[in-house]
Amino acid sequence: MKWTMALAAGLAVTATSGIAGKLDEVRERGELKCGVSTGVVGFSAPDANGVWQGFDVGMCRAVAAATLGDPMAVEFVPVTSKTRFTALESGEIDMLSRTTTWTYSRDSDLNVEFVGVNFYDGQGFIVKKALGVGSALELDGATICIKTGTTSELNLSDYFRSNGMSYDPVPVETDSEAHQQFLANACDSFSTDGSKLAAFRATTETPSDYILLPEVISKEPLGPAVLHGDQHWGDIVRWTFNALVAAEELGITADNVAEMAQGSDNPEVRRLLGTEGNLGEMNDLSATWAVDAISAGGNYGELFANTIGENSQIGIERNLNAQWKDGGLQYAPPFR
Amino acid sequence: MAERAFVRTEILPEESPPISEVGIWGWMRVHLFSGPVNGTLTVVTALALGVGAVFLASWILVPTWQADSLSACREILREIRPGHASGACWGVIRDRGIQLLFGFYPPELYWRPILALGLLALALAPVLFWEYMPSRLLWGSALYPFVMPWLLWGGSTWLPLGALAGFVIGASAYRVVSRASGSLFGLIAGALAALLWWGLLMTPVAAALAGLADIGLEPVRSRNFGGFMLSLTIGVVAIGFSLPVGIVLALGRQSDLILVKSLCIGFIEFIRGVPLITLLFVASTLLNIFMPPGTDFDIILRVMIMATLFASAYMAEVMRGGLAALPRGQYEGAASLGLDYWQAQRLVIMPQALKISIPGIVNRFIALFKDTTLVSIIGLLDPLGLTVSIRANQEWNGIVWELYGFIALLFFTVCFGMSKYSMYLERKLRTDHQ
Repeated sequence: MKWTMALAAGLAVTATSGIAGKLDEVRERGELKCGVSTGVVGFSAPDANGVWQGFDVGMCRAVAAATLGDPMAVEFVPVTSKTRFTALESGEIDMLSRTTTWTYSRDSDLNVEFVGVNFYDGQGFIVKKALGVGSALELDGATICIKTGTTSELNLSDYFRSNGMSYDPVPVETDSEAHQQFLANACDSFSTDGSKLAAFRATTETPSDYILLPEVISKEPLGPAVLHGDQHWGDIVRWTFNALVAAEELGITADNVAEMAQGSDNPEVRRLLGTEGNLGEMNDLSATWAVDAISAGGNYGELFANTIGENSQIGIERNLNAQWKDGGLQYAPPFR
Repeated sequence: MAERAFVRTEILPEESPPISEVGIWGWMRVHLFSGPVNGTLTVVTALALGVGAVFLASWILVPTWQADSLSACREILREIRPGHASGACWGVIRDRGIQLLFGFYPPELYWRPILALGLLALALAPVLFWEYMPSRLLWGSALYPFVMPWLLWGGSTWLPLGALAGFVIGASAYRVVSRASGSLFGLIAGALAALLWWGLLMTPVAAALAGLADIGLEPVRSRNFGGFMLSLTIGVVAIGFSLPVGIVLALGRQSDLILVKSLCIGFIEFIRGVPLITLLFVASTLLNIFMPPGTDFDIILRVMIMATLFASAYMAEVMRGGLAALPRGQYEGAASLGLDYWQAQRLVIMPQALKISIPGIVNRFIALFKDTTLVSIIGLLDPLGLTVSIRANQEWNGIVWELYGFIALLFFTVCFGMSKYSMYLERKLRTDHQ
């Protein structure tokens, strides 16, 4: 009878934590509470067995592996875009990994600390090939499906105004409503984050009938976030993510990580994987924290490819999310 | 020659009425083709219904049950219907139907919610069909609120028994004290004794008993609750508690004690003035901020409390309508028989007021049950919340109608059942002359 216990716990004022850090709290609980979206294609969704899968989910598993040594020791807390920040603030979740855009006001005004950008997204347009349009600048006078109350709506209006064009908005409430409207020819184009457009295009009956226009009209850097104030916990999440990015750069994959940990000539690999130095200890983690994190779902590139990239149905290109050596923006600071 | 008028000497045998007036033809002439306008309308409507039915049937009756993704469904449909490949993709129900029913509840424990549902039917039977059942069975029904959470959440057997013991202790205290010094003091003493037991003694005693004999069910966490089971759980709890709480509030609103009256009015008007969504947001986010960090106040329990409070306020107003419809003479008659307040309520007022309120009460039950789908907004995975999760899988991304149709069917079954029962009850309780 769990709920009487919960009620008793809720009524009895037990101010225990608050002094101890988040890491100790997570260790004591033996589980990481990770806030994810209730369902965004490729980023987070439970499969038929109730096991969560996706790009954002992979981030949670890597942090759980780094701190607890077990990638499955995660309690996934589905949060909506309305409840995500309060869930973080009230301590209902330890970290937020839910396609959340890093903006000035969220970082400063809300009690939130973004630890990095794991996906550079941007708002784009999808049109039917039959429309014969090759650029967003040719959309003057078009009807456009747009979700109300989102930043996308504001970006869209800014973009058209600054280019001296007009458009006819068809307001919709959810993504699936937008898809239905767009497929039913209620609008010429649908505008939202590029990753969502790619995912939507992949599910249509004949994807080749639709094209994504090349223009990207906004910056949407998505990343995991923690509560402001526990810098130590923030460091752990930030450097777990950096470890995944660095692993890709250094050629460490889920398959060869054990072998590389045995012995490698590259001093940075040795430091990262705990064969040399005491990087893990500095953050109160085990020496093999990075090995565990990389074994959880592979390095950044593997995680990307398996969930939203080339190995998935969605097939998003790396573009801005490629390693800095390949012309992208993913750049991990040195492990030293 | 005198013309002789024809005089019939025998009565003609009865003829059957003309074929155009009786049977199927007569019925159709009267009801469907009573004039050119109605005739045309009938034909047009029949055509529209026929076309709709054919379209719906061709959408529903497709062999896509075995498909394991939307694209597989489309393959099948393209094969059987070259050209226009429209049709339902039932594979999603085969793959995810169980998840829509049970959420992430561990599959090897599915028997527990099913048993809880079966026991609910057993527990309701003496309440719903009381005239065919011995009233002694009602004691069995009273045990259900303790059995259900234990079955669903699992855990030690001693906790529900301890909670039950609280009521026994309270009732005995009431008996002893009320015999000595009146029913008001008895009520206070009973409530105090029960609260003392629940608040201080129950947990250690249950823990000690668990140390002696550790019997219980494997615990299941609230996070694993989902699907239609979650809707049913929240709905049943809120419905079950809102009726008694609502009755008490309605009586309190009519009370002569100014404190009781103003408290009840304040509560009812406040809750009725706030949307359910707001209360759910309070439950999901605000409560946690007020709690000391680290406390884990179960989210489903919070939602159940809010839903119950919300439903109780409305129920109180429905009951007030029933009470207001009773003539003053009923109260006075009960008083003149020498009945005290509770006896009068139990024997004279409530049976009549409840009877009057049945349509309103059931209406609230149905509305409340459908309101449980709002929990998807605070991130609980009820059937509607799960549709988003299911669509977020690559295999099923793009499926809309099949999922919503399945959920609509589930809700319709339950709501239609409630509605039918209320009509049966109204017919049975009708005592006026027709």
